Amino acid sequence: MDGLIAFLSDYTIQNVMAGAALLGLSSGALGVFAVLRQQSLLGDALSHATLPGVALGFMVAGTRNLESITAGALLTGAAAALLVLVLTRRSRLKTDAALGAALSIFFALGVVLLTRIQQTGNASQAGLDSFLFGQAAAILRSDLWLMGGLTLLALLLLAAFWKEFKLVTFDASFAGSLGLPVVLLETSLTLLIALAIVIGLQLVGVVLMAAMIVAPAAAARQWSRRLEQMVVLSALIGAFGGVTGAVVSATGPNLATGPLIVLAITVVVLLSLLFAPRRGLLWAELERRTYQRSLLENRVLLSLSRVAQEHDDPGYAAEQGMLDAFHGRPTGASLGSLERRGLVNRVEHMPEEGAHWELTDSGRREASRVVTQLDGGNEEREAR
Amino acid sequence: MISQLLLDIPFSIMATGALVGIAASLLGTFLVLMRSSMLTDAISHSIVFGIVIVWMLTGQASGPVQIIGAALTGVLTVLLIEMLARTRRVKNDAAIGLVFPALFSIGVLLLNLFARDVHIDTHTVLLGEIGFVWLDTIQIGGTEAPLALVSMSVITAVNLLFVTLLYKELKLMAFDEGLARALGFMPALLFYLLLTLTSATAVAAFDAVGAVLFVAFVIVPPSAAYLVTDRLWRMILYGSVIAVVASVAGYYLAVLWNVSIGGMMALCTGAFLLLALLFGPRYGLIAQESRRRRQHAGIDRRALVVHLFNHEGRAGEEEENRVAALTEHLHWRATKVERIVHEAEDAGLIRVEAEKLNLTERGRGLAREVLEPWHREEGGLPA
Repeated sequence: MDGLIAFLSDYTIQNVMAGAALLGLSSGALGVFAVLRQQSLLGDALSHATLPGVALGFMVAGTRNLESITAGALLTGAAAALLVLVLTRRSRLKTDAALGAALSIFFALGVVLLTRIQQTGNASQAGLDSFLFGQAAAILRSDLWLMGGLTLLALLLLAAFWKEFKLVTFDASFAGSLGLPVVLLETSLTLLIALAIVIGLQLVGVVLMAAMIVAPAAAARQWSRRLEQMVVLSALIGAFGGVTGAVVSATGPNLATGPLIVLAITVVVLLSLLFAPRRGLLWAELERRTYQRSLLENRVLLSLSRVAQEHDDPGYAAEQGMLDAFHGRPTGASLGSLERRGLVNRVEHMPEEGAHWELTDSGRREASRVVTQLDGGNEEREAR
Repeated sequence: MISQLLLDIPFSIMATGALVGIAASLLGTFLVLMRSSMLTDAISHSIVFGIVIVWMLTGQASGPVQIIGAALTGVLTVLLIEMLARTRRVKNDAAIGLVFPALFSIGVLLLNLFARDVHIDTHTVLLGEIGFVWLDTIQIGGTEAPLALVSMSVITAVNLLFVTLLYKELKLMAFDEGLARALGFMPALLFYLLLTLTSATAVAAFDAVGAVLFVAFVIVPPSAAYLVTDRLWRMILYGSVIAVVASVAGYYLAVLWNVSIGGMMALCTGAFLLLALLFGPRYGLIAQESRRRRQHAGIDRRALVVHLFNHEGRAGEEEENRVAALTEHLHWRATKVERIVHEAEDAGLIRVEAEKLNLTERGRGLAREVLEPWHREEGGLPA
């Protein structure tokens, strides 16, 4: 416990946790819009494209100054978004090629500029490599003010234009028909996403920042179908993943922060995909099985009723082996469940021939109910 | 002589870059046409995971085992993406954005933790070190050659064989997947074969150009070629030529400015894309703009001759068919009037006498063609 308190009151750890929370909040909240607009990979292109901006910001300031680096990153991120726009709107290239081209060309420019800086032998360039994969330990208290300010700015803008952004996200042509400036709103959303990417650069790095846009939103989507809830949830998931990954990376040397944060959030995504109520794959599978089981039970019940009718004997005892053979699969479980529901009785008829089953009164009623239901369905279908 | 050339440092670097470019363009052409370019990005990142795993299992950092093992990772990535998208819980683009960062992250962490002393550090993972390809050499038939050059030659040959042998099938798959499936060409199998080769190429090129720059070599030259030509074989050819020129130019520029060679080569492919975007003969921005202008000018000339034709030989002709009337009646600005009258006169559609505008026989013909287009189909205009 004392160890934990000492850990939590450590200056660096506090910085890292605060920074990671800010990064998760902003990228989680804004990533929702990227994912819903099916622009998840724009985040990938934008985050790679911030690299030349990082280098330019460094070259202009002459030192590892986060303000100028952030400004540069935002600038080249926006330039890459513009290139994608020009390539998709004004040339015959499709979105995927435009994204891939912008991503790799801007990254190449960044690599060239970084090596240029290394040639000048500037002593403070050592920290620049941390922008590739992120380095929690490199974060300073003064950086937090900038990150906090930008996060606040991004979230305030989101809140201020909430209705407009929501409408553009779900029905851009309707928004246009209402007279909203759709292009302007879409551009602002893209720029806000670029802003969110820039906020996280120092912790996650240019290569993996894309995942911070996609993953929290994809996880949040499983739990909610309302935009309001989704944004809040995504921001919280982002912050949780950010803090978890950053703290783990701060505990040991050689642990790049970016990959750990991404893995923390990927785990949340996997859990959400499996266990989220209604949408979760596990629930879907359970539902499917329950449905199949009740389907088989109904079929077994009908078989019993039909066999009894054929023999003109309402209390006719049918052999389980015969039912198995007729349905092509073991019916023991279905019969057991029917017995528990009081619809069939196990009878001692020719014990050496195996188990026999007969319908109870309520079983006969249930069987005729199912038949009426099925016939109703058939009639409806024929009527159509 | 050959061995001397092979061990020449600048030559080996440029040749490696060129081979990466050719091998990548061969496959990239089809990926771009099939709108699956971003799968390259996913593959090239997640093979880091494969490379580390194979290295941890076998201790081999390169060679055939590595290429096959990591190529399988590439295919696994695409399978995972498709599986995730098929659950319909996330869209396809989000699935890509979820799968490859996760695999890449595991790869980088494993590298950080277990492989710090191998030459594949996290820095090379992203950028490669094409400047050092001449350091690792191999003996082939008594001739010494750089290892990267040899493995890239083999991969390029395999890719070339693949594209040549299955050219028709690939073409059909790229342009009409439904038809390819209906005809029984199994486009899905072919697509996975394409992705397997892309992964193998990425692994072979990995030491030289790294994960991200490889994406440039795969996507950018074919994209530039796509803006220049409509023919598939030309697209492949132009893409390869662009890759070769970019490798050579990139090398010399990198040496000149003392910067990353691989980065500069990738940047040069980007320059070609920019050139194609601007100056492409049919699809370039400038060609589009001038075509738009030509069309506008044509429309304006037609409006002018129709206006003159309507008033010709009728009351008010003297007032209507003069330069001054056009600003008022056609709502054209004075500068535009001047330009269009000039152009129409040059085209022999009108004659200007003082301020009066007279149609020539040719101008009259054009006006009739606009007003009475049915005569054209009946063969010839009435005199």
